[in-house]
Amino acid sequence: MFRYLKPAFILLPAAALAMSLAGAAQAKVEGDTIVLGAALSFTGKYKTNGKHTKNGYELAVKKVNEMGGVKVGGKSYKLKVVYYDDESTPARGAQLAERLIKQDGIQFMLGPYSSGLTKAMAPVTEKYKIPMVEGNGASRSLFNKGYKYLFAVLSTSEQYLAEAINLAAQQTLAAGKDPADLKLALAMENDPFSQDIRAGVLDDAQTHSMNVVIDDKLPKELNDMTVTLTKVRALKPDILVVSGHSKGAATAVRQMMEQKVDVPMFAITHCEAADVVGKFGPGADYTLCATQWAETMTYKDKYFGAAPDYAKLFEKEYGYVPPYQAAESTASVLVWVDALQRAGSFDREKLRDALAATEIQTFYGNIKFDETGKNIAKPMVLRQIQGGQYKVVAPTKWASDKLIHPRPKWSER
Amino acid sequence: MGNLEILLQAPIFSVQLLIDGLLVGSIFALAAYGMALLWGVMNIINISQGDYVILGGYVTLTLYNAGIHPLFGVPVAAVVLFIVGWIIYRAVIFRVVDRDLFISILATFGISILLQQLMDQIFGADIQSAESGLGQIFLFDNQVTVSQIKLVAFAVVVVVGVALVLFFKKSRMGQAIRATAQNARAARLMGINTDRVYAMTFALNAALCGAAGALVVMTWVIQPFIGLAYTIRSFMIVVVAGLGNIAAVVAAALGLGAAEQFAAFLLGAEFQIGFVFGLLVVILLVRNMFLKRQRQVLK
Repeated sequence: MFRYLKPAFILLPAAALAMSLAGAAQAKVEGDTIVLGAALSFTGKYKTNGKHTKNGYELAVKKVNEMGGVKVGGKSYKLKVVYYDDESTPARGAQLAERLIKQDGIQFMLGPYSSGLTKAMAPVTEKYKIPMVEGNGASRSLFNKGYKYLFAVLSTSEQYLAEAINLAAQQTLAAGKDPADLKLALAMENDPFSQDIRAGVLDDAQTHSMNVVIDDKLPKELNDMTVTLTKVRALKPDILVVSGHSKGAATAVRQMMEQKVDVPMFAITHCEAADVVGKFGPGADYTLCATQWAETMTYKDKYFGAAPDYAKLFEKEYGYVPPYQAAESTASVLVWVDALQRAGSFDREKLRDALAATEIQTFYGNIKFDETGKNIAKPMVLRQIQGGQYKVVAPTKWASDKLIHPRPKWSER
Repeated sequence: MGNLEILLQAPIFSVQLLIDGLLVGSIFALAAYGMALLWGVMNIINISQGDYVILGGYVTLTLYNAGIHPLFGVPVAAVVLFIVGWIIYRAVIFRVVDRDLFISILATFGISILLQQLMDQIFGADIQSAESGLGQIFLFDNQVTVSQIKLVAFAVVVVVGVALVLFFKKSRMGQAIRATAQNARAARLMGINTDRVYAMTFALNAALCGAAGALVVMTWVIQPFIGLAYTIRSFMIVVVAGLGNIAAVVAAALGLGAAEQFAAFLLGAEFQIGFVFGLLVVILLVRNMFLKRQRQVLK
């Protein structure tokens, strides 16, 4: 039986090959449309954030097209993005980057979601010298490999919670005490992202010569922090810093509340993604949350106006308040628009240089890349949950509310 | 060893660790007992064990979101998972029961991937949890907290354990399962419908996992891809306890639970899992030595 099937086995790949070659002939600019490419997580463990990323890209494309598109060399072009599903796996992401570049002829890349996927795709875009602007890969290790075609609009991970340490130091100085007396407790997931955050926190703790009394590395399948919290109860640190994506945030807030663990300052990442307010209500109050962007900020651009205007438009379009993952994705597209217009050409090297020279303000924040391609113009934001609302408390320049410090004890709430 | 000093100076914290370890261990005991059952009766090492646990969690979560108290999730998840287990047996497992171990590992691995992706499609990839609203007990001037849901979990494990022992001793089906475990061929010759016994065993295992999952979602958080942790934990408990002895499984689960908590406290959370694996190797070596000694005596 297989004998008769043989021709089919030969013909099928041949046909596929022919089709892919035909695909390669399509250029990155089709008529009056500039085609950007992205591999995003539509299935698998990152699919929620994959959706936020896509909505962010799409909103930018829609708005830019509505406002007349992108002017390159005196001609107006529309934007369009080609997507593939990377299934939340790095190997697939790398394959798709190759496919976008070689088969679809994409010359302008947008980043995937998460540091892991970005790390898998960056070597490919680098190999083909295709610039990639990304808003969702924050790992420090992306920016010490000498990549020339990778540009990130977000703050890198070692900055995530470092601000909390400085805030604690300020508070202590203001109270007339010495920050060097502060005791610091860290509980960080044992993955590259959280360990980057840990490195940043430790750097800042060292400049204030604080005492690190707990330094736990939580397992990847973390869902129980009782042991660490028992240590916290024994050693009574002044600051507790936790990072472990959504599961870390939910576990930490929940168990702090359940076990009534008192600590003067408690700072975490991923509050919004874990929806700690929705899940735990008043139990989440006074938690400090690190965020890339908040919809109450006052940065502005001509496409979206200020951050609150962006938030309103996004909510109207997609039915939910934009998380920062969406905002930084939108900002990535705006960086491309700006660079294309300044370069005035589709020449790859001119475009790369234009991207490297970016210096703009967007609703998401100021964007200016250093030589490694990371954005050095935008600080991280710290928000404190007060009465179920996220209030910006640091950096002081953008703060809308005052920090409540120390956290009220559970017995006094 | 600064952490050891804390325990020596304030022994109250070791009470916390011990209680928590035992209660955590009891939740693992349920899934582990199911795994021992499956392994003993059908000679299948079920890689998808943890995914049934998570699925049980999602069943409970669905009830919870519909406004029903999550404690009802324990029996409901058990029943739903019993049915799911039966279907999976009829669809896949009966084809691999008598094959070698490798094929059944492969088949259950496939089921594991399928279940994960289905849960991801249906329930989404976000982490979720159900609040039992049971609160905490505070002992010794608030130095020790015990969450009541963990106590409930412990009670469920004891009740289910006793029920299972009775089931295997008294009921016809239980006896048939034991007979099949001892010698499937002989059982078949005696007129036992071993196919039905296998289906029953597999469904029972899934039901145990479902009940465990209901407890997990009330105690911690769940997410479609977190099941493997429970598979590995069950596997270890079974390896330590051996097959076919419910008391040994419960003891091993509680012991490992407590050992884990102390290891995490003394060595740091990053060594929690590593310590347990190290302990596993030591236990296997020691057991092997004892077995050898017995054989020498027999000679």
